[in-house]
Amino acid sequence: MAVLLKAQDLTTNFYTYEGAVKALDKFSLSIDHGCTFGLVGESGCGKSVTVRSMLRVIQSPGVIEGGKVLFSEKADAEPVDLLALTEEEMESVRGDSISMIFQEPNAALNPVITIGDQVAESFLFHRVAEMSQKICDAIDSGESYGLLTPYYRAMLGVAAKNPKAPLLKFCSQVPFLKWWDKPVKKEALQRAIKIIGKLGIANPEEIVTRYPHNLSGGMKQRIVIAIALACHPTLLIADEATSNLDVTVQAQILQLLNDLKKESISSILLITHDLGVVAETCEKVGVMYAGTLCETGDVKDVFSTPLHPYTQALLTSVPKFNQEGELQSIEGSVPNLVNPPSGCRFHPRCPKAMDKCSTDKPELKELIPGHLVACHHADRVIGGLS
Amino acid sequence: MKKKIIELKGLEKHYPVFGGVLKRQVNSVKALDGIDLDIYRGECLGVVGESGCGKTTTGKAIINLHAPTGGEAIYYPEDGDPMDLAKMSNRQMKNAGIRSRLQMVFQDPTTSLNPRMLIKHIIAEPIKEQEKLSARELEKKIVSILEMVGLSRMHLMRYPHEFSGGQRQRIAVARAIAASPEFIVLDEPTSALDVSVQAQILNLLDKLRKELNLTYLFVTHHLLVVKYISTRIAVMYLGKCIETCPTDELFSNPLHPYTHALLSGIPNPEVAAEPNRIVLEGDVPSPLNPPSGCRFHTRCPFCIDVCSREEPVLLDVGNDHKVACHRQDVVKELVKEKFGIEGYF
Ligand SMILES: Nc1ncnc2c1ncn2[C@@H]1O[C@H](COP(=O)(O)OP(=O)(O)O)[C@@H](O)[C@H]1O
Ligand SMILES: Nc1ncnc2c1ncn2[C@@H]1O[C@H](COP(=O)(O)OP(=O)(O)O)[C@@H](O)[C@H]1O
Ligand code: SF4
Ligand SMILES: [Mg+2]
Ligand SMILES: [Mg+2]
Repeated sequence: MAVLLKAQDLTTNFYTYEGAVKALDKFSLSIDHGCTFGLVGESGCGKSVTVRSMLRVIQSPGVIEGGKVLFSEKADAEPVDLLALTEEEMESVRGDSISMIFQEPNAALNPVITIGDQVAESFLFHRVAEMSQKICDAIDSGESYGLLTPYYRAMLGVAAKNPKAPLLKFCSQVPFLKWWDKPVKKEALQRAIKIIGKLGIANPEEIVTRYPHNLSGGMKQRIVIAIALACHPTLLIADEATSNLDVTVQAQILQLLNDLKKESISSILLITHDLGVVAETCEKVGVMYAGTLCETGDVKDVFSTPLHPYTQALLTSVPKFNQEGELQSIEGSVPNLVNPPSGCRFHPRCPKAMDKCSTDKPELKELIPGHLVACHHADRVIGGLS
Repeated sequence: MKKKIIELKGLEKHYPVFGGVLKRQVNSVKALDGIDLDIYRGECLGVVGESGCGKTTTGKAIINLHAPTGGEAIYYPEDGDPMDLAKMSNRQMKNAGIRSRLQMVFQDPTTSLNPRMLIKHIIAEPIKEQEKLSARELEKKIVSILEMVGLSRMHLMRYPHEFSGGQRQRIAVARAIAASPEFIVLDEPTSALDVSVQAQILNLLDKLRKELNLTYLFVTHHLLVVKYISTRIAVMYLGKCIETCPTDELFSNPLHPYTHALLSGIPNPEVAAEPNRIVLEGDVPSPLNPPSGCRFHTRCPFCIDVCSREEPVLLDVGNDHKVACHRQDVVKELVKEKFGIEGYF
């Protein structure tokens, strides 16, 4: 399958007063077209920093030090390096090709604007040209928008070609003339109602008139998803989007993402610390530890035959349905990334560590077809066999 | 014969809501609305349910962190007569010598430990309240408690912020057991911890319960955690206990539709065949105006007429299994018919 997004040797540091936090250290990852990819790891391992770096929205003491983020929206197109784009080009990627939903829906919604306007806003931001074209076509085929129909037709004809045309900007400042976009706004609201209804919210016509504080956590998260979907993203990134929700509501949202995946979005990058969520919703998985990718491959392979000692330990430390005997815990705790361990960052806690582990950083290697691991021990055991 | 340690009878906690110009009470949050629960000596009773269903309020009521607005919370001491904790003040509890026998460990170890106290003093505090020891004996005792929770003498003279989250939770546990309690409420003790550290704390708690003969009320929203650590489970929904039974029984023979929904919603880290899900409609209703009849009826896939009219009682169906549902005898078939689920293993 063709690669959609590929991070290569991504390195991000945060320059704090304690010293440089080496949050990402030569991080590599590859997501295919049409795939649901799960990125798992404990809190603080750099999952959010990874996606923020890829989208170049890293907060201030953070600096992307190096690497590449290759993105090919069309399967056969030449990939572009997102880190080399201008800020303006990047903005259009963020809006039109990649959307992101976060853990906290409250931070993403404006408390003083109605739900309908917020979702419609997203359509108005990304879809003006398309919607204008649609209305022009409707007018041409005889539909009437009242007395002003000819004016609308003229203006929307311009908007359909270039929504940022100077004429439109000018008219928007002039009384009366500024109403040229009325039909578009109406269309945007219609689309908002439609998409909210599609996300399993009963009675969307009523919901769009409400404000965020009148909605429950699960509903707010759906609205955030609606906003993200408005721009028809090729890749939807969900950063712990269900972590604050209850089990029954989480089940609703995960099912929703699954259904959407089938019909409208091409790929999903699901970030979570919950191994169960990944096992049930993703096809591929990447396991992160302290700013590095330890292991990646098909969920089935990685979860049934984990090769990296960290993945193995992680899987035996979570309680399971058919839990037998005691949980195995990983001794010690997650390292401080100001002074990360040398060599393999997991070596101080690793039961399989060898001398080499504390000096050489293991490379991510494809030890079994489709199953990549960064571990000297696994390399010796598996590599030695083949 | 199992001996009761705590018995909750119709325990109720309504938080008043004020409004209007005169700031009069206009309504109340029914955080606990008549909950019945028995806790036996030596067990670990897991309390599960979605956020806001009243788990924390239950725990706090037992250790008297707030005054319940109704019902009884009876404590049966090993020796002596039962006492109703709901009607006792903190002072009365102290005088009766039972204040220190009931302890609580909170979810967030960062906020529950005083940042300006040395570990030594944090743990000495509850010991000093109980007995007069010489400085040397006291230190010896503190070290032995620290060792019990997997820390050592080396940690005595440090402040809480010098520890990792998991270590801080160990300190919170050490402080709770320093008072030599009989009963500890553990309120989501691992929810703020990393997965790899969660296992350490769970194993520690399990070990301590057996060694010190403790009774736990283990509050969590994570069903697999509760399955691992508890001997018995109580499921709560909107301020009510809707099902209680031994752990194995709950997972092999759940009776309440809500329990079925919870079990089928657990994301299972074992990769197996595509799971069948019971996806409930809507959200948990507000505890300000809980639904009439069975509180679950607004979301229940098997709701019938009687459900919205009459409130089901918590019925004993044998095997130490109690459930509050009008259709408990047919739920199993209904789940199989409608969702094709026969079991959760
Ligand atoms: N704004 C910041 N300033 C300093 N350090 C940061 C900042 N944001 C993140 N980090 C560090 O980067 C690391 C990874 O963080 P993050 O990606 O948020 O983890 P998670 O996997 O939980 O999403 C953490 O060790 C954190 O301390
Ligand atoms: N001090 C308080 N004042 C008002 N309402 C409260 C207070 N504490 C809890 N509540 C309400 O009581 C209900 C139960 O809360 P809680 O016991 O904390 O739930 P849980 O621990 O199960 O998540 C919630 O709806 C919560 O909003
Ligand atoms: S590289 Fe070495 S230390 Fe790191 S996980 Fe593999 S065996 Fe352990
Ligand atoms: Mg994060
Ligand atoms: Mg709580």
